[in-house]
Amino acid sequence: MSDNTMQHNLDLARQSILAPADLGETDLERVFGRLMGPKVDAADLYFQVQRHEAWVLEDGIIKEGSRSLDQGVGVRAVSGEQTGFAYSDEIMLPALLEASSAARAIARSGGGGRLQAWKAGEGLALYQPLNPLDSLSADEKVALLRELDAEARRQDPRVEQVVVSLAGVHDVVLVATGEGQLSADVRPLVRLNVTVLVEQNGCRESGSAGGGGRTGYECFLDSDCLKGYAREAVRQALLNLEAVEAPAGTFPVVLGPGWPGVLLHEAVGHGLEGDFNRKATSAFAGRLGERVASPLCTVVDNGTLPGRRGSLNIDDEGTPTQCTTLIERGVLTGYMQDSLNARLMGMRPTGNGRRESYAHLPMPRMTNTYMLAGPHAPEEIIASVDRGLYAVNFGGGQVDITSGKFVFSASEAYLIENGRITRPVKGATLIGNGPDVLTRVSMVGDDLQLDSGIGTCGKEGQSVPVGVGQPTLKVDALTVGGTQVG
Amino acid sequence: MTESALSPAVQRQLPAKAELAEPLSEALEEATRQGATAAEASVNSSFGLSVKVRQGEVDTLEHMRDRGLAITVYFGQRKGSASSADFSRASLMETVRAACDIARYTSEDPCAGLADAALMSADAPDLRLHYRWDIEPETAIDLARECEAAALEVDRRLTNSEGAEVSTHQGIHVYGNTHGFLDGYPASQHSISCVVLGRIGESMQRDYWYTTARDPSALQAAIAVGQEAGRRTVRRLGARRLSTRTVPVLFTPTAARSLFGHFLGAIQGGSLYRKASFLLDSLDTQVFPNWLNIEEQPHLPSALGSAPFDGEGVATRSRILVEQGVLRGYVLSSYSARKLGMQTTGNAGGIHNLVVHPGTMDYAQLLQEMHQGLVVTHLMGQGVNPVTGDYSRGAAGFWVDNGEEAYPVEEITIAGHLKEMFERIRAVGRDVDIRGNIRTGSVLVEGMTIAGE
Repeated sequence: MSDNTMQHNLDLARQSILAPADLGETDLERVFGRLMGPKVDAADLYFQVQRHEAWVLEDGIIKEGSRSLDQGVGVRAVSGEQTGFAYSDEIMLPALLEASSAARAIARSGGGGRLQAWKAGEGLALYQPLNPLDSLSADEKVALLRELDAEARRQDPRVEQVVVSLAGVHDVVLVATGEGQLSADVRPLVRLNVTVLVEQNGCRESGSAGGGGRTGYECFLDSDCLKGYAREAVRQALLNLEAVEAPAGTFPVVLGPGWPGVLLHEAVGHGLEGDFNRKATSAFAGRLGERVASPLCTVVDNGTLPGRRGSLNIDDEGTPTQCTTLIERGVLTGYMQDSLNARLMGMRPTGNGRRESYAHLPMPRMTNTYMLAGPHAPEEIIASVDRGLYAVNFGGGQVDITSGKFVFSASEAYLIENGRITRPVKGATLIGNGPDVLTRVSMVGDDLQLDSGIGTCGKEGQSVPVGVGQPTLKVDALTVGGTQVG
Repeated sequence: MTESALSPAVQRQLPAKAELAEPLSEALEEATRQGATAAEASVNSSFGLSVKVRQGEVDTLEHMRDRGLAITVYFGQRKGSASSADFSRASLMETVRAACDIARYTSEDPCAGLADAALMSADAPDLRLHYRWDIEPETAIDLARECEAAALEVDRRLTNSEGAEVSTHQGIHVYGNTHGFLDGYPASQHSISCVVLGRIGESMQRDYWYTTARDPSALQAAIAVGQEAGRRTVRRLGARRLSTRTVPVLFTPTAARSLFGHFLGAIQGGSLYRKASFLLDSLDTQVFPNWLNIEEQPHLPSALGSAPFDGEGVATRSRILVEQGVLRGYVLSSYSARKLGMQTTGNAGGIHNLVVHPGTMDYAQLLQEMHQGLVVTHLMGQGVNPVTGDYSRGAAGFWVDNGEEAYPVEEITIAGHLKEMFERIRAVGRDVDIRGNIRTGSVLVEGMTIAGE
């Protein structure tokens, strides 16, 4: 099945990217002739045509709509640890040849290389090669926004403002490598979000909810889906109206299932990306085979989940994605690799070579990163805490991969007192040390959940869509950045 | 490496304004032809070079070259937008058509439209924003090598590096609308930066330093940048945690910049008309202590935040935003201004040089003034609620005792409420950092909660 998908995607990519520029495979061979050389270890061309649209509803009216078209080709030559890179927004032969000269300047000696025959790469079939922008008519898109707005306002009279946004991306990529491999992918991605502002006695709070994935917009047509988002956004906003000051200090913290998996993304995920470990700039460098977590913890990065926001049929270097076990029962077992870092470390690429666009260099990035389920019932976990925090929803996070210190910001949290959830507390930042936070995980729930498809990860100025997930879990000691001392 | 110097892919010249005005005017004409009652468009073209050296060897050599055209059309009070990186006539027409199509589905919005014609910039001043830096890749690589080497020489505990980077960018931006306004200007930004790592036993730290300016001759020397990166990393080594407590906090200029960023977020039109701001209805009220003044100075020559006109063609002008602690103005585009029943402040696209008036004390004097407390050099995460002003972020820096840095600290949070934090500012230093759009010295804030061990 996946062979057919790759063939179909290759045909589509040739047709929509190469054909309009009148580029054939012999032209690509000429480009590689210029790009390759005795000192060039690897080279690739990354062709991309990306269509994007966004719709925004605010104040009950369809306020904005936009469409964009971005296309171009990135040209890379790698010699040892050195990378030369140039790109062009013109997909045409002269621009390609020029970019190739610029990129290969990294390898000092001249002399053209010779490309072997082209062969199609392998890939998965995790989503339909469709254009989500065409999956609904404009009327239907507008109706969807209006319905979600109405649904949110129906939830509670204290809802003052509702902002709904709908966005879709149709991304067609073609990767040609110096080894003669041609791979293509057609990547749909949609996202729907609702943010509400509630007001009561002059106090205001906001809440938001949403989701999406690699599908068409029709996944949002289910009215339970819209109701779910509306209810969740309003519930969060109202809850925060009641919230008291968060405590300050170090406490046991129970994290809810799903999106709180942003803990894993920050605390261990980035630190296990191949580039940081090759350069030994990560707090996890050189620690393969060592215990870095409690035996309850098994953490994977899995790019092969059908339809998920972080999933890919192939990564941006043409390598099929896979499920990589990063931590197995507490022991560090693997890094996430792109081709450059895998080669330099004598490891295999893991399908984690990703880039924001043709105008950016690929590097090791996460796909869907999550912890597998454990033995405990969530109620049992909460009941085990005398005084602590139960955090179920989060904003973003950040990590310093060298010191290992990471933060993530709770947007919905409660006090646990004597084994029971009591009052909601205001949002607070949690801070910890990546290499030891998972050693303090003493209970892992049986309720693994993935997030709803909302994550975007930033690294070195490049953004890519990702997924996270986890079961309910308990960290024995984590610092909670509230204002309430004592 | 002679080949790269000769490579034709390396763009050397910005296109002339007239060259970009052409597709822009065509797009506006096409919009009108398709029935739009008004339209506005912008065209950008930029190029650059970036080299990174790590452990003495070239890590990456990147050539950048970007273009884009964006158009917004209005059919009465309905609008639609589209953009494309392709300037071919066919693509241009398709982009305009896409924008017009969208406008059939958006709603009548009484506040939508171009900024008033009377506000358009005329005779835009030359703010000297464009300087070439004709640096060959080889020279840039040598500069990056010098920078990194200088950093690693600072101390033998500096054992690793993320590298030193030298980059140069030039671009031209042209904006036009159906009032007949069309103008543009070139701008540049050049930088040298360095990140090095140090180790004590099992624990590692990193820190960085950078210099950035529109004029390459205003850059700090590469060696000085490296040395500062090295010094900064060394002084983080051996960082400890603190126990939970309430103390004064001194934000160094880079950290303090974010405080005024939160202030700007709260007084910008979009947050105000959505009522999503902790400074709602704060105009002409005391927000900061009565000695604190803040200005917007869009015409500072060669400054990174300067601009002759905003994203709607509205002439920018200097103004006082905070006078003796009292908020005197908001940050508005024509849209948010109409939503609020006010006049645009020429801030479509953001602020242009927010200048916090410096005080008299330098950094050492501020430490004396604080006597005991926390210096914050690094902030982590996004724990700021713009609606309520609740503030909770990860931090690292130094513990200060007897007016001197005692030891480095990490893995703590600082928390408070932005409105109270603004009221409790006790001093602003004269150690102003001008490497950005927000210019401030260090800021001393009383009574913040630190959470730690």
